[in-house]
Amino acid sequence: MLRYTLLRILGAIPTLLLVIALAFLMVHAAPGGPFDDERVLPADIEANIQAHYHLDEPLPQQFLRYLSGLLRGDLGPSYRYHGRSVGSLIGEAFPYSLQLGAMAMALALVIGIGAGTAAALRQGTVFDKVVMGFAMTGISIPVFVIAPALVLLLAVKLQWLPAGWSGVTGMSRYVLPVTTLALPQIAYIARLTRASMMDVLSRDFIRTAYAQGLGTATVVRVHAMKPAMLPVLSYMGPAIAAILTGSVVVEQIFAIPGLGESFVRGALNRDYTLVLGIVVFYASLIVFLNLLVDILYGAIDPRVRYR
Amino acid sequence: MKTLRALGLLIALAVGAACGGEDPAGPPGTLQRGLSSDPETLDQHKARSIQAADVIRDLGEGLVGYSATGELIPAAAERWEVSKEGLKYTFYLREGLRWSNGEALTADHFVAGMRRLVDPSTAAFYAAMLADLENAAGITSGDIPVSMLGVEAPDDRTVVLRLVQQTPYLVSLLTHPSTFPIHPETLAEHGDGFARPGKLVSNGAYTLDAWVPGSAISLKRNEHYWNNAATAIDAVNYHVMVQDNSELNRYRAGELHVTSTVPPDSFAQIRKDYGEQLRVAPYLGVVYFGYNLTKPPFKDNAALRQALSMAVDREQIALRVTGRGEAPAYSWVPQGVNNYEPPLSGFAALGKEEREQVARRLYKEAGYGPDKPLRIELRYNTNDTNRKIAVAVQSMWREILGVEATLVNEEFQVLLANMKDAEITQVFRSSWTGDYNDAHTFLSVLQSGSAANMPRYTSEEFDSLMALAARQVDLEQRKLYLEEAERVMLADYPVIPLYFFVSKHLVSPQIEGWGDNVLDYHYSQQLSFKAAQ
Amino acid sequence: MSGNRSIRITGSLLLTVAIVALVGPWASPYDYATTNLENILAAPSLRDMHLFGTDDLGRDLFVRTMLGIRVTLLVAIVASLVSLVIGVTYGALAGFVGGRVDAAMMRLVDTLYALPFIFFVILLMVAFERNFLLIFVAIGAINWLDMARIVRGQTLSLREREFVEAARLTGVSTLRIVFRHIAPNLVGIVVVYVTLTIPQAILVESFLSYLGLGVQEPQTSLGALVDAGVKHMEGAPWVLLVPASLLALTLLCFNFLGDGLRDLFDARHTS
Repeated sequence: MLRYTLLRILGAIPTLLLVIALAFLMVHAAPGGPFDDERVLPADIEANIQAHYHLDEPLPQQFLRYLSGLLRGDLGPSYRYHGRSVGSLIGEAFPYSLQLGAMAMALALVIGIGAGTAAALRQGTVFDKVVMGFAMTGISIPVFVIAPALVLLLAVKLQWLPAGWSGVTGMSRYVLPVTTLALPQIAYIARLTRASMMDVLSRDFIRTAYAQGLGTATVVRVHAMKPAMLPVLSYMGPAIAAILTGSVVVEQIFAIPGLGESFVRGALNRDYTLVLGIVVFYASLIVFLNLLVDILYGAIDPRVRYR
Repeated sequence: MKTLRALGLLIALAVGAACGGEDPAGPPGTLQRGLSSDPETLDQHKARSIQAADVIRDLGEGLVGYSATGELIPAAAERWEVSKEGLKYTFYLREGLRWSNGEALTADHFVAGMRRLVDPSTAAFYAAMLADLENAAGITSGDIPVSMLGVEAPDDRTVVLRLVQQTPYLVSLLTHPSTFPIHPETLAEHGDGFARPGKLVSNGAYTLDAWVPGSAISLKRNEHYWNNAATAIDAVNYHVMVQDNSELNRYRAGELHVTSTVPPDSFAQIRKDYGEQLRVAPYLGVVYFGYNLTKPPFKDNAALRQALSMAVDREQIALRVTGRGEAPAYSWVPQGVNNYEPPLSGFAALGKEEREQVARRLYKEAGYGPDKPLRIELRYNTNDTNRKIAVAVQSMWREILGVEATLVNEEFQVLLANMKDAEITQVFRSSWTGDYNDAHTFLSVLQSGSAANMPRYTSEEFDSLMALAARQVDLEQRKLYLEEAERVMLADYPVIPLYFFVSKHLVSPQIEGWGDNVLDYHYSQQLSFKAAQ
Repeated sequence: MSGNRSIRITGSLLLTVAIVALVGPWASPYDYATTNLENILAAPSLRDMHLFGTDDLGRDLFVRTMLGIRVTLLVAIVASLVSLVIGVTYGALAGFVGGRVDAAMMRLVDTLYALPFIFFVILLMVAFERNFLLIFVAIGAINWLDMARIVRGQTLSLREREFVEAARLTGVSTLRIVFRHIAPNLVGIVVVYVTLTIPQAILVESFLSYLGLGVQEPQTSLGALVDAGVKHMEGAPWVLLVPASLLALTLLCFNFLGDGLRDLFDARHTS
């Protein structure tokens, strides 16, 4: 077991290194530096700044410097935000993205699975078509259209919900961002659930359950749900990635200071360390989560360990 | 089942986490302002963005300040004297000045601040603000110790500045946040991270209460401010709103009292719907297309440059493309600058038809025609307004002259790098905003060797006129030299000035005290809520 | 909708849209780049032949929308083909070689699967300046993983089939087996997945346009048109509604087409 765990951890390290190196190269390949501005710096002041942040060193040296910092758990100082470390910036931004993402995922699962199941049970009826039709709007209109439209209608015109994020007390400020973030996933999950549920419901053991006199609700809940959820579960990985992507737009539109928004800003500002830091952070998170799942599988299913 | 439980836990966690951690909304009577980007720092000597300067102006105070309508007024200093040759300035501080922690604010805090600004280890962006002080240049390049800077505090309430050359606009320079004083003990205790809530000690109308990065900055009244009695508003929240449409939505929903800008596309509608609340004023900035004068086709080809400039219909652009009350630009320096009347380009007086005719003639003279069209690249940075202007100008050049211009949309940093290299650029969109209210801040850009001189314009005549102007103590004489310099420069057509910026804000009818001024400075301490009816 | 019917309906819709996009502009006196600042944000009207009205620079929206459709379809199809080539090669190789190599290759896929690719795409676009080709490559680079997985699965099962065994026994080279025996049987599933990847590619391109990193002026795509239209939602809704409806239609068609093809393929397979 220990051997298995160690092997897995070792296997993850090269991937991480590759990701970091790739990101490092791309950020530095981008023309323009973090201190450029139209209000141009006099040459000696610019030289001072460059030296201060080690930007005048050759690239490999900067990379090694960065890596050694990583080993110490130091993601470096932000080039854009003086006196702040990337670690603290990420630490402040991540909880927002996490909250948003978790709530969106939860909403997507609840509504997606619910809608998909209901549609599957009434397969072919008007209800089925209508429900799936609504679900499909989530993947046929980009988020950056839905979000402003909803804000205009619900926040500006009807004033039922807040238009922004900062300074608003209470849960109401989550409604719009979480809903818009969840919409595309609701569509995918509903489709997956419907197809999968339809498949499961046609199987023999379900017919047996009905024949035994069990009602629809019980059959679905007790017998059909678990096997039907398999495809949905395997979609969770890409779903999380999709929510991450969507969060960039949602965070920008609602001015939520999360990681997605920080990343885009960092990339555009050439805040090298912040951008790298976010990539490293996410990559490590994903690798760690995968590792965890792998180890759990290994613990549960001995066959896996000896493959 | 396990999964469902895990899910339930996830939801509960998320919701639970959401219920805690609220941003301070502030009690009623808090001013809610929009801010177009998150300040990179609130350290007055390291800040460089306009947004940072806006917030720092509420936190700190310099020797002088501006009134709501843009006049220079005494701030920390109650009066000042200038020596006859204009090389020595003496500022007398008010009595009883205090920092927000109650300690006395003395003249050597100002000295410490200025020294920190020019100190090379600070790597301050605006170190050049004090470039005219004795020894400033030597200090910034590291040759001379900081203590040799031409500023001293002979006593607790006097600050003396010694210059190497006359700088008639020096006093307006001292309104800039980079010249604000520093509290040495705070700096010593907290180092570079002193500009944070709980650590920052400020000498202005407000103190820093909270800062949620990327989201909101909260300020609270500074009871120790010398003019605290005149400050009407207790607390100010700056909301970072990068997207102007989102900011507009918040204003319309009543969540903001003042916006930082107005989205260009909704402008006409907003003017109709919000009338009085829309405040538009000329702003010290010019938007222009620059030529790369170091390479063909624009090198040594004044006729071509003039032709392209004349073919641009500035009125159309200002009216229909930007459409927010911007003024078409026929000069480099905007109108409304202190002590200056910008000369206009030669063709300003001609009508549209005539201009087009002259432009065509010049185009032909330059060697181009229908069988030999000019093919150039027009670069601009990613921005909706810039895109529209570029598309419009491309269309104008094609219709009137038959020029085939390719549009290249680059991200800001990329464009900047390309402009500085001056290798691949031909025509590029850029802009310049003034740091202080004097023609010098604009004209100095086009001097040979200026790092901001993107077109790489060099003209001996222009440079010598600028040098002459710098030596004048008599303001009237100086004005004449500067205007002549601009006239010379305009006749060379190194740039195509398009329009002058305007500042645009939506200001809630609940707010009083808002003054339109050409620098777009709106100190929170000058604002107040209308008395409840 | 039953498999065949949905294929026929969505297929013909898409074809119609594509044809109109190609031919339509000839019917209009306007081109996609000429601005007319006197006539911005005009409502659709037949009188001056602005079928869809004009945009905020006075350019004809009908012609621009047609251009947008062409560009969007082009980007989506080419990007999907890029991901197809990478994905099929990778997946077929892994599936066919099997064993440790396969396990390693799939492990890489698993890790890459959940990485924030969108970040890399943004970085790519920012680093190498916007050029059309790069957009395809970048989008293709996100989507190949699904394809690789599916193809690998298919290849694995095909590998065990008799005709492949036979070929191997008679000494046919690995490469030939892959190309002559395995590849043709992959066509069905590949076609299905390409059709399903296309909507994703379209949405990624719209996202890039939203960030200002997509196709360059005066060219445009449906995503760019929609992004530009959002700002005029209140004042001139047609500037948003026209491209948005066409975008939605295209996306829905591809999704249902893919579903239909998949049903068809599954039916053939199981029978």
